[in-house]
Amino acid sequence: MEATMNAHDTFSGGVHPAGNKQLSAHKPAVAAAIPARAVIPLSQHIGAPTKAVVVIGQEVKKGEKIGETTGFVSAPVHASISGKVVALGNFPHSLGMDLPAVVIESDGKDEWVAGLKENADYALLSPEELKKIVLEAGIVGMGGATFPTHVKLGPPKEKPIDVVILNGAECEPYLTSDHRLMLERPQQIVDGLKILMRILGVKKGYIGIEANKPDAVETMTKAAAGSPEIKVWPVKVKYPQGAEKMLIKAIAHRTVPAGALPMDVGVVVQNVGTAEAIYTAVRYGRPLVERYVTVTGRGVKEPKNFLARIGTPFLQLIEEAGGLTEDAAKVIAGGPMMGMSQHDLTVPVIKGTSGILVLPKNEVVVKPYGPCIRCGRCIDACPMMLQPSLLGIYIEKGHYQDAKEFNLMDCFECGSCTYVCPANRPMVQWVKKAKKELAKKKN
Amino acid sequence: MEAPAKEQPKEPRKLIVSIGPHVHDTESTAKIMWTVSGALLPATLMSVYYFGMPAILVMLVCLISSMVSEAAVQWMLKKPITITDGSAFLTGLLLAMNLPANVPLYIPAVGSFVAIVITKHLFGGLGFNIFNPALIGRAFVLISFPKLMTTYVEPTMRVMAMDAKTTATPLVLLKEEGMAKLLEVFHTKAALYQDLFLGNRAGSLGETSVIMLLLGAAFLLMKRYITWHVPLPFIATVGILSWLFGGKEGLMTGDAIFHMMSGGLILGAFFMATDYVTGPSVRSAQVLFGISCGALTVLIRLKGGYPEGVMFAILLMNCFAPLLDRGMRSPVFGKAEAKGVKK
Repeated sequence: MEATMNAHDTFSGGVHPAGNKQLSAHKPAVAAAIPARAVIPLSQHIGAPTKAVVVIGQEVKKGEKIGETTGFVSAPVHASISGKVVALGNFPHSLGMDLPAVVIESDGKDEWVAGLKENADYALLSPEELKKIVLEAGIVGMGGATFPTHVKLGPPKEKPIDVVILNGAECEPYLTSDHRLMLERPQQIVDGLKILMRILGVKKGYIGIEANKPDAVETMTKAAAGSPEIKVWPVKVKYPQGAEKMLIKAIAHRTVPAGALPMDVGVVVQNVGTAEAIYTAVRYGRPLVERYVTVTGRGVKEPKNFLARIGTPFLQLIEEAGGLTEDAAKVIAGGPMMGMSQHDLTVPVIKGTSGILVLPKNEVVVKPYGPCIRCGRCIDACPMMLQPSLLGIYIEKGHYQDAKEFNLMDCFECGSCTYVCPANRPMVQWVKKAKKELAKKKN
Repeated sequence: MEAPAKEQPKEPRKLIVSIGPHVHDTESTAKIMWTVSGALLPATLMSVYYFGMPAILVMLVCLISSMVSEAAVQWMLKKPITITDGSAFLTGLLLAMNLPANVPLYIPAVGSFVAIVITKHLFGGLGFNIFNPALIGRAFVLISFPKLMTTYVEPTMRVMAMDAKTTATPLVLLKEEGMAKLLEVFHTKAALYQDLFLGNRAGSLGETSVIMLLLGAAFLLMKRYITWHVPLPFIATVGILSWLFGGKEGLMTGDAIFHMMSGGLILGAFFMATDYVTGPSVRSAQVLFGISCGALTVLIRLKGGYPEGVMFAILLMNCFAPLLDRGMRSPVFGKAEAKGVKK
């Protein structure tokens, strides 16, 4: 499997939406203002929400744990600023509903909590100790999926891992936060990857980057120069190249079985941001309290990359990026393909917020959908080789079971089918609906 | 938990909310339909050059009655009227392409009605018809008016070509009188091929000029509106089978080039069998669909009652398109690998 670097190893299907990354790619990340009031959701990950361990009126410091895990698939939540807890309750969340959160009012001091352990000799720590640090730091998949990282680091014995892939593909149009991170903190990412490899006992590490970021490829290659076990791997520019299964296919040439996980083929994939967070947690003892966020689109006046605290309201970052333009019409948490549109700009940045995209009115597609003309474009575009047209026709008529027989559950909702559909059919929306309906029936 | 202080939204701006993806490529159903119609323009102009005013009249009647039929049936069914999406226009144009120049003008009108109202809208409208509407329209008038529909005229290359001489199409000549007679009419093989290629022969309006059809087809292939998966196997199969079985002197003496260029094969393979709605949409199924169309075409041409088989071949295969799609779907990513995995 010692293939040479090859940008053409890829998956079948996919689409080529306009990248629009030039809006922000060249702008170094700037530290966003510390929010006067941070709304920190207790659930920022897939899995069990955390339980608040603070009370109203309590003084907290940056990095202090405010939410404790309630299950194995869960990750603790920390205060991202120092100040006083002023509210506990349900607040708007970028998932589109109100969810439990802790609200902290800043005291302007921005002090770290006492007792954070710096560790210059972290290489001496055992894999178990390292894993414990990752868990305690509240680290989750920062590419957007927000799966608790420590869970991926503890695969069952019968599923040995031999490859770790860092995902720097950033295939979503517009987003440049991973790009900037790779340019600005390459050594931290490489060291984070080494920690991951040590925890998993893996000798082979890859950093997959879409070939449209040659500067990132170069920077990362330099950073990894002294580490022969790590390879920087340019991958083809195609959406959704950064989807876990597609990236594994392109780099490790392994196919994750339908319904299975990367660990079933011996691979663990982590976002480059996650690797950086792991390094910061292990080396400096600092939990995950900030992240890179791209604020972009033609609906903001000055697209920018920020290093923002978790809990910073979207509106604040948008204001810091010059504010909304006159014709701003849609605000999206994440990229334009899989991101979620927002109706309330008080929603906070969470661990999985890679970007805030604002589209102006003339770029927002609002038109009715027509009947499927069976052109097959969606079939060609589907990276999972499904028949989205057929799924759409079944689900539209309420035939969820039929849709399931045509592999509904293998769809990961990348949106490629919907992107190419000339009849504008909302396949992703239907797929989400069908999955919900089927889950309801099961219960 | 204490109730949160109700926040007043600071931002009065109304935002649009929808499920992603929030960007879309520039294709649309209407754009596809009008582009395909445009791709037929060279062949359309060529037919006007060869057949003159009668060709224009047939086309006008087809286009107008198709679009009027669509508007009327949608109005009666209380559905939104969608004649601007170009699909009725394309059906009308394709039907015209499939008619001889000198038919009485009620024939295109009847054909259009059958195509749009019965074949398309009674089956559910755009996207739901089982059969290619233009071909059913043509089949209906062919069976209803067999004499008129098989009386072809020679290309006159004059505008007012009302007095054009009637003559048989090359395929009829071949079927009824053999290759010798065909060569007598066209003098040499080379001249025959050249006339077929340029379109200087009797036949339906749009099916005569191979070069102009190929021009339009090349454009559609370039735009990726159609792919090779149906037309290539279709035409190749006709070529191979007619070469194998088409000759009078036994196996492998048939004239493949003649068969590939004559009749409605080029028009059918690139513009009718590639119809999205009535053909399969899975690539492997499209190849089998094309091969089957080709085989049926040759079977009808050599053994059937009609000299030409493209229309019935495509219509017959239309029935099987959904079945082919279901039977030949591509293996889902990771499905094969999933067999041995315990979850």
